[in-house]
Amino acid sequence: MSTKKISRRDFLNLVWSAAGALAVTELSFVGLRFLSPRATDGEFGGEFNIGAHEEYPLGSVTPVEVGRFYLVRLEDGGFLAVYRRCTHLGCAVPFDQASGEFVCPCHGSVFTNEGDVLNQPAPRPLDLFPITINEEGEIMVNTNSPIERDHTSPDDIFYV
Amino acid sequence: MTEKEIHPPEKDSLIKRIFKSIQRDPLSPEDDRGRMKMVMNSLVLHIHPTKTSKAALKFNYTFGLGGLLLLLASVLAITGVLLIFVYTPTPDAAYESMVALQTDIYFGNLIRNLHHWSGNLMVVVAVLHLLRVFYTAGFTRPREFNWVMGIALLLLIIGANFTGYLLPWDQLAYWAITVGVSLLDYLPLIGEPITRLLLGGSEVGAATLTNFYGLHIAIIPLFIFGIVSFHIWRVRKDKITVPRALNQEADKERVTTIPHLVSIEFTFALVWIAILLLWATFVNAPLEEAANPAHSPNPAKAAWYFMGFQELLLHFHPIFGAIIIPGAGLLGLLLIPYLDQDMDSIGVWFRSINGRWLVLISTILGVIGTFAFVLVDEYWLDLPNWLPFMPSFISNGWIPLAGVLLLLIGYYEALKALKASNCEARQSLFTLLLASFITLTVIGIFFRGEGMAFILPWS
Repeated sequence: MSTKKISRRDFLNLVWSAAGALAVTELSFVGLRFLSPRATDGEFGGEFNIGAHEEYPLGSVTPVEVGRFYLVRLEDGGFLAVYRRCTHLGCAVPFDQASGEFVCPCHGSVFTNEGDVLNQPAPRPLDLFPITINEEGEIMVNTNSPIERDHTSPDDIFYV
Repeated sequence: MTEKEIHPPEKDSLIKRIFKSIQRDPLSPEDDRGRMKMVMNSLVLHIHPTKTSKAALKFNYTFGLGGLLLLLASVLAITGVLLIFVYTPTPDAAYESMVALQTDIYFGNLIRNLHHWSGNLMVVVAVLHLLRVFYTAGFTRPREFNWVMGIALLLLIIGANFTGYLLPWDQLAYWAITVGVSLLDYLPLIGEPITRLLLGGSEVGAATLTNFYGLHIAIIPLFIFGIVSFHIWRVRKDKITVPRALNQEADKERVTTIPHLVSIEFTFALVWIAILLLWATFVNAPLEEAANPAHSPNPAKAAWYFMGFQELLLHFHPIFGAIIIPGAGLLGLLLIPYLDQDMDSIGVWFRSINGRWLVLISTILGVIGTFAFVLVDEYWLDLPNWLPFMPSFISNGWIPLAGVLLLLIGYYEALKALKASNCEARQSLFTLLLASFITLTVIGIFFRGEGMAFILPWS
């Protein structure tokens, strides 16, 4: 173990420097917390009840404006809630009913109705929101945290 | 000496004494000593040295670009403060403020146009200023850090433009910012928290507008003011690089700043104020319909100074187009003065006769090469589909990047083989990359139509 002696002056300099660094850290933390985004209740980010599942015909894609997602009903009756934010650079992706594809106007990414990438530059499929069903058989979509996925899988699809 | 002897009691009239307490030196000095004293004792003028190199006063050396930036910053500060009084930074009211500026407020359009065009012009002039310093080797020792501060200022100017871009809250603003901020999302680990902090949520909204307004009117201008002061102070301390012809010593003659430099600056500023006023009178700043978060316009383009990056994103995986390539470019820019220490060519345009030819050739190669690459990638090359077994950050990232790097290294080695000096070869490489980036920007702005497909602007 080192027995090097530290002078009183060096020790005090060190302590004061450390105190200064601590003050800067504390104030930075306070400032960042002060500026951090506030939670938004009752808006986009909450859970949406979008009605009975029978209302959505097989093979349909229905935009849900307030929730910023599309409710996709596949031919086999499965459901997907596809977040409309393009995984490439955040544009709102419209659904083209004629071709049955999501076509991003910003950089030309194309997605299938299940959100799978048909044409880059999008790096991954469209994000999903989790779907649940309540006791009355109504569909609930939680928009709090989108599910990011590297590739599509049958497990993504929700069946009643 | 007593205090009474240093400052003997004034015998002048009261009015004259009050005036002299404000303006200490006579306003029309009669000899050079008086002129130099006036510069030294003036708060505004003392950003200048008392004497200036006569050779550096030649207009076609500096083109007055640094001074023009200062003028534009002043115009922006004045018009910006005026705009604060009529603008409300909320999604409901912001667009209405814009419409009011066009219809209700006296000279509203003029002030907004002045602010808009001066801001955009500032980006162009800052880049030209950088190029002037680069091609006359004005960044060499002891001026390395002033170059770094210049880069910081360029970034702050772009930041000020970018945050101001959102404020009109029209379709152009909303989607340009959405696309621009999403670029940050690709930063590993810190990208997501930074985006959330900047946006005040997960998408552009009311909180974003508040954040950008604060950054635009307070934080960024404060930083610019601080760093500009440091930047100009360093120019004064280190003195400006003196231009010279090839194989000649620099002219050492120095003349008093008043009137030689100040009169040029004054005339130059007046001419530019006239140009800006005419421009702002006849050309309106764009304003599209109010922002609609549900509908991205087709095509959705970022602000024009980011179109080079948006064009890169069409050809590279986002990690490369948004982070790795711009990051490497920025690092290269910052390191230029520390890597290039060739003191022999300071003040000589393009370093040498060879240097001039190489810059011309590199520019042509950069423009043609970039066009060729964009067209090949648009119509033929499709690496992600040819190599479907690879993740796209390899097939659309490392592989094309390696190709481009090999070509650049090849070019550099070819230059060296042709006996170009180190600094000529570096200068050529810089020119090639810059010409490519400007070409990408031009392609992005003019050659991209619906769905970002390649179009010809004249058809």
